[in-house]
Amino acid sequence: MQRLPDKKGRFNGFGGRFVPETLMSALIELEEAYISAKKDKSFQKELKSLLSSYAGRPTPLYFAKNLTKRLGGAKIYLKREDLCHTGAHKINNTLGQVLLAKMMGKKRVIAETGAGQHGVATATACAMLGLQCEVYMGEEDIERQRLNVFRMKLLGTCVHPVSSGSKTLKDAINEALRDWVTNVGTTYYAIGSVVGPHPYPMIVRDFQSVIGKETKMQILKQEKKLPNYLIACVGGGSNAIGLFYPFYNLPVKLIGVEAGGKGIGTGKHAASLSAGEKGILHGSLSYILQDENGQIKTTHSISAGLDYPGVGPEHSFYKEEKRAEYVAITDKEALDGFLLLSEHEGIIPALEPSHAIAYCTKLASRLPKDNIIIICLSGRGDKDVAEVSKVMQNE
Amino acid sequence: MNRIEEAFRNKKRPLLIPYITGGDPSLDKTEGLIFALEEGGADIIELGIPFSDPIADGPIIQEACNRALKKGASLKKIIELVGRMRKKTKVPIVLLSYYNPIYKYGISSFIEDAEKNGVDGLIVADLPPEEGEELRKLCVKKGICLIFLLAPTSPPSRIKLISNKSSGFVYYVSLLGITGIREKLRDRLIDDLVMVRKFCPKPIALGFGISKPEHVKEVLNIVDGVIIGSAIVDIIAKNQENPEEKVKLFVNEIKKACKK
Repeated sequence: MQRLPDKKGRFNGFGGRFVPETLMSALIELEEAYISAKKDKSFQKELKSLLSSYAGRPTPLYFAKNLTKRLGGAKIYLKREDLCHTGAHKINNTLGQVLLAKMMGKKRVIAETGAGQHGVATATACAMLGLQCEVYMGEEDIERQRLNVFRMKLLGTCVHPVSSGSKTLKDAINEALRDWVTNVGTTYYAIGSVVGPHPYPMIVRDFQSVIGKETKMQILKQEKKLPNYLIACVGGGSNAIGLFYPFYNLPVKLIGVEAGGKGIGTGKHAASLSAGEKGILHGSLSYILQDENGQIKTTHSISAGLDYPGVGPEHSFYKEEKRAEYVAITDKEALDGFLLLSEHEGIIPALEPSHAIAYCTKLASRLPKDNIIIICLSGRGDKDVAEVSKVMQNE
Repeated sequence: MNRIEEAFRNKKRPLLIPYITGGDPSLDKTEGLIFALEEGGADIIELGIPFSDPIADGPIIQEACNRALKKGASLKKIIELVGRMRKKTKVPIVLLSYYNPIYKYGISSFIEDAEKNGVDGLIVADLPPEEGEELRKLCVKKGICLIFLLAPTSPPSRIKLISNKSSGFVYYVSLLGITGIREKLRDRLIDDLVMVRKFCPKPIALGFGISKPEHVKEVLNIVDGVIIGSAIVDIIAKNQENPEEKVKLFVNEIKKACKK
């Protein structure tokens, strides 16, 4: 497999380290610590054991019989990351990063969160591994993801509301970076997606790759062949890269589904790859949503977890070299996907992977019955139930 | 010779480098404020390019960015403003920006336009030398100083690198954290500056948290310049109708402290 990022943290030009000097030494220290953890057998053993006994891995690869029948085309499988402890794939990354923080001797962990899933997963890992945890969350997201805010508090984490900018994920990352610059000596910053300066996109990808590795083994066992398509939602893009990466060199089509919000034409969306251009946000060069003066645009999505004007640099690389295709799904289509899976498979998905489900409904019926689609069901929908009921009442 | 290099070469005491955010509270006011800073005794003026996501800045400059952006300020308009100012004043002007507005502008056209309009130097808050080589080469070609930042976390190897890559001066970030008004200077600041001096032969200007004359007096003998930002921007925020006179008085207070 191609070894990217390169030494400068670049994925064929994307990525890098565009940060204030104060953070440079910390990023270099983190990179060194991560490389040694990667080789450290006891670290890997502990992580593996936590992933199985604590997070509940491996997660099942479920054949969605009803959905397949209903769409009448390709066979649809769901990689059940919603069954992970805390209800989403985020725990794969936070167990790895919080273990790393502990190994580095850091006592305090900070994180940003959009939908609250990464915040909950960080709070959970910190509670279990005995580290202090503080989470930054935009005020708008606090409003629409109240359940997760309370979960973090129960887990002993302090949630700092962020009132700057659009009051969503982008601003939570800004505030977490400001905290890190201030407390860099004692604090570990656990980023929740494959974004940020090098080495974060690499670290988070590696920890999330467990999704794709398991999927590959499971589908080969169940179907004796590789899937034709992998579909995952993309905000920052960690569940998608986690699924895609182990298939990078294999003849499998990769589709990332972005948040089309109220429609790309309206400008109210969060589809950085579909409608953005190259730029620098949060420490890396990638596709971003910006205006003609290089100011970052505010985004819109029904799902807080995809409501972000940037995307992981590795996705920009996949797009540029056409290894993956990126499409957008609107709020309304995502909501239909949410209802469809709930009604026909008895699985209430999070609004984020509902985008992937919605795209699958467009694709599956066009494909022959011997084709296989795997959707990453990145999280469960409990957190979204109140918001969905509000949206449905308004309609 | 570049006006910044000349200013440091001729200096008899630490240079006073006040910062304001371009376009705050409006582009017109910025012109008046530049004159006020100069009359107050500024040796070099740092003009900030407002950005939507200023991760190195505290609330005072964040708010200034918001005000400026709401009034339509942009990198292009601020470069043009420098061009207009150049017909009236020779005070060296340094632009301070985050990288994305420059990247979006296109780095070669940016450097070309900056030079044409009389910009003397450039500081990019989120551009370490490792990522800044292309921009640095363009700056060298056009005679614009590219000033990199040093932080309390920079080890000797990075101090050497940053000193080596910077032209005009090196910007030493006085503290761990973001811009803003502080009561006191950091405890170990003087010791750290002594250490930095050993590895950095270029002029050193101190910024972040420098908010009052007393702070300046404490570092008088060890730095070549002091950068005052949030304390000035705060005065502008509180006197948006007529900030010029109060800004001038404040800058003059600091100037007096530079002399003693």
